[in-house]
Amino acid sequence: MKISVTDRDGNKQILEADTNSTLMEIIRDEGIDIEAACGGCCACATCHVYIDDKWIHKLDPIDDDEESMLDQAFDVKKNSRLSCQIQLNDELDGLELELAPE
Amino acid sequence: MIEKTDVVIIGAGPVGLFAIFELGLLNISCHVIDNLDKPGGQCAELYPEKPIYDIPSRVSISGQELTDDLLAQAKPFKPVYHLSQQVEKIEKLESNEWLIMTSVNKSIQAKCIVIAAGAGSFVPRKLPIKDIEHLEEKNILYAVRNKSILEGKKLLIVGGGDSALDWTNELSKASNVTLMHRRKEFKASPDSVSKMLELEKDKKVNFLLGQIQGIEDLKNDKIKVITKNNEETENFEVDYLLPFFGLKMELGPIANWGLNLDENLIKVDTEKFETSVPSIFAIGDINTYPGKLKLILSGFHEAALMAQECFKYCYPDKKNIFRYTTSSKELQKKLTSI
Repeated sequence: MKISVTDRDGNKQILEADTNSTLMEIIRDEGIDIEAACGGCCACATCHVYIDDKWIHKLDPIDDDEESMLDQAFDVKKNSRLSCQIQLNDELDGLELELAPE
Repeated sequence: MIEKTDVVIIGAGPVGLFAIFELGLLNISCHVIDNLDKPGGQCAELYPEKPIYDIPSRVSISGQELTDDLLAQAKPFKPVYHLSQQVEKIEKLESNEWLIMTSVNKSIQAKCIVIAAGAGSFVPRKLPIKDIEHLEEKNILYAVRNKSILEGKKLLIVGGGDSALDWTNELSKASNVTLMHRRKEFKASPDSVSKMLELEKDKKVNFLLGQIQGIEDLKNDKIKVITKNNEETENFEVDYLLPFFGLKMELGPIANWGLNLDENLIKVDTEKFETSVPSIFAIGDINTYPGKLKLILSGFHEAALMAQECFKYCYPDKKNIFRYTTSSKELQKKLTSI
């Protein structure tokens, strides 16, 4: 499966992904500049991304923990998510997203 | 006054705390410096309540429990903690010892330095807005150091956590305070939240839904904060903006100490965990070597080996006799002294 990531300079990259990973892990392991300070346990907001509107409804809904952590993010939008909380699955092949400012 | 010790440990996270124990077993005394106001590092700051499952023999332990147990384990060795300060400068003395100077002008002399700083020290997260550096520490305050300058001023506080709520409640006594948050739900202690809502009802605090979009310098000691809630924008002229978006980690002054770095990580050997500068060691998440795994348990192992080498700097004329805590009467006496 593949996902499409647009970085903070507007450059788009297509990454090879797999269903054993979270979205944050795929982005981080590719060497793209995403801080993910807490390592993926939903304890910071440094893996904040904007999910393309076409895809947002295909994700599991946001839970209270993630919503609370988004309080520490800047410029939170309706399509804001923490990428460490998104477990990839086959339905998400082709997912498009953009990194949020930090 | 210069305080003296054998080893200064930079970072009071789990690995720094366990280093006190390992050094203590070898009769090496420690001072520990941390930028947070409490020991525990990421375990205490980021995930105190979250369970950790890969600490040997602990089926499940929370970040705070692990911190508390490590503090108790280190206690017999009487470590001295210097909290809420950062090491700013180190200097090699003629005696070959180090002089370590902190952000609150404390000076400590030590034979070795152990950097156990994790991903760096916790500092407030700054706004990701361009060209506002000249306003930071002037109109934009990420921490309140001197309350009195805020008296009678117009303040915009932003955030929904404890810092934002507590400062809203405190500063509204003497200033005109607006609190802005992206939603009317807060992740702060229930007491602080109800106090804030009461102040809002009594019109002593204004609450506003929204987020920061931009900041303009009005060049008259005031700034204009452009805020947005859904599609509506609103401008605020204020004396001070206080954004509280939690903490982030930064390597800080360590980057300038001439150590061999690899992308913000300190290179060490895997025998002694010493850096490219003799008598400076690096253990835990901050170091790198072939095969490195950023696990707390790896940091514990690194602390034990580091201590063996520190012994040579601290007691150059003594032979280090390897002893187990299970068999050594001397160690047992020390460990059960309290």
